[in-house]
Amino acid sequence: MTYEPKIVAYACTYCSYPGADLAGISRIKYSPNVNIIRVLCSGRVSAELILRTFREGADGVLVLGCHYGDCHFISGNHRAAKRVAVLKRILEYTGIEPERLRLEWVSASEGERFAQVVDEFTETVRQLPPIREILRG
Amino acid sequence: MVSVGQHENIEILSYSEVEEVSGYVGSFKVKIRKKARYVNEDLCTGCGLCQEKCPTKNILSEFDAGIGTRKAIYIPFAQAVPRIPVIDTEHCLHFQKGKCGVCQKLCPTGAIDYEQEDQIVELDVGTVIVTTGFDLFDPTRAPEYGYERLDNVVTSLEFERTICSSGPTGGKVLLKDGRKPESVAILHCVGSRDKRYNVYCSRVCCMWSLKFAHLVKDSLNAEVYELYIDMRTFGKGYEEFYNRVLKEGVIFIRGKGAEVTDVAENPREEGKLIVKCEDTLLGELRRIPVDMVILSTGLEPRRDAVEVARTFGLSRSADGFFLEKHLKLAPVETASDGIFIAGACQGPKDIPDTVAQAGAAAVAALAMLDRGKVTLQPYVAIVDVDRCSGCGECVLACPYNAIELVDGHAQIEETACKGCGTCVGHCLSKAITLSHFTDDELVAEMRGALRVLEVA
Repeated sequence: MTYEPKIVAYACTYCSYPGADLAGISRIKYSPNVNIIRVLCSGRVSAELILRTFREGADGVLVLGCHYGDCHFISGNHRAAKRVAVLKRILEYTGIEPERLRLEWVSASEGERFAQVVDEFTETVRQLPPIREILRG
Repeated sequence: MVSVGQHENIEILSYSEVEEVSGYVGSFKVKIRKKARYVNEDLCTGCGLCQEKCPTKNILSEFDAGIGTRKAIYIPFAQAVPRIPVIDTEHCLHFQKGKCGVCQKLCPTGAIDYEQEDQIVELDVGTVIVTTGFDLFDPTRAPEYGYERLDNVVTSLEFERTICSSGPTGGKVLLKDGRKPESVAILHCVGSRDKRYNVYCSRVCCMWSLKFAHLVKDSLNAEVYELYIDMRTFGKGYEEFYNRVLKEGVIFIRGKGAEVTDVAENPREEGKLIVKCEDTLLGELRRIPVDMVILSTGLEPRRDAVEVARTFGLSRSADGFFLEKHLKLAPVETASDGIFIAGACQGPKDIPDTVAQAGAAAVAALAMLDRGKVTLQPYVAIVDVDRCSGCGECVLACPYNAIELVDGHAQIEETACKGCGTCVGHCLSKAITLSHFTDDELVAEMRGALRVLEVA
């Protein structure tokens, strides 16, 4: 049975959020299953915040940051990358599919890429059961 | 430009390159390499005797797009400000063979200094405006047009210098064999609006192509063909100029030039360049024999745009030009506070648009300086001393070295903190919060986001 997955995207202020903005300005269509929350840097997105997002019922979590070398905050995205990699293994251990969490780099000029990432991720998550079923055990 | 050069508050550092930019808005430190031009700027009066007497010959002039020549010591172009020559050491006999020295002997003020070395200048500035311009598309990348392979295929810049009455040919347009061209084809969109090279429109080429058509009609009375995809005459008075050129008898063919060849298929094409194209209004393939082909080459980001972007902390858009902070609301600002952009480094644009944007950038930069203080975003990380275990993870995570361990707990230097929140994301004891992006705020936002999705 297919369902409409709920996805929260954490997008950084300097690259990915303007990237999403550009997708909007350019009238590019993308999946309405995603709601974006702006953070200053992808480095701000703590492991705990991601886990809480799942617990609150998100079927997927996207963390979007600047490409390597482009981070407005020098190295925040490197920290995000390390954190997400570790967290994915923890998710797997707890029985939540690691595919539900994805880290992507989207620059301010990549409106099209933003839409692509969102669409692809929505389809990936749609293949998985709703998170409520997993949380209920 | 001359009045800029004479302005008491403006110092021009020409022939210089910015090597390093550090600091932040209001207090940038800029390290500039002032390259040795081997002419003492304080003594030189710009009389030009040195370039007149310099014995070197046949060095192609960059300004004249390789049509004219210059000497080894030269003022780059007639209106250059400051009017001070530079020695091209690769061609100068003194630097190459240790002989000559004519310019030094003849200079009336003794301004020639062969011993000059690169100087490093360090400046403290409040704001920076980047106006590094563009490069032209290199038509050898599109070999179907035969540039450099076929005689009489020229770029728009070469033609511009040829037809300029103060240029190296005195405004005379001649073919390689010395004849006057009787027919000229102008090919639009060479390197622009083309998926293989640049997808964007270079904006200025339609208008300069119309100008060329007008000049060719005017001075040569030759037959002129304009091969265009769409005519983009967007500016004030531009459409009127287009109408005027239409009335002058220029032949407009709606279709992109596909190939330029010298292989004749009938006697009429013998000894000519043949432009192949599809005339989309007639719906047929055509072969147009002409004497001369002008390639309207598009605009590209400068080849050093990557390094310049890195030096100034700029981002680049998908086309490679520098990215403004916001397309409509902040067109001269960049993501780095205090650094502004103007002109074709931000995207192709013509002179009126460049002047307008440059004015906007200058005012934005001055307004910031005039205010005397800057408004910073209120994002600062705050440590809860009672929760902090003093593990020091945040110290390692901070990209700005804004955190120190003091008395066994983290302490944040607020002026150095930019509020990225990497330390917050890293703290295992939840002892650091980021103002306006606290956990509670983000969780509330996330819950709201999920509720909206639930309803949808």
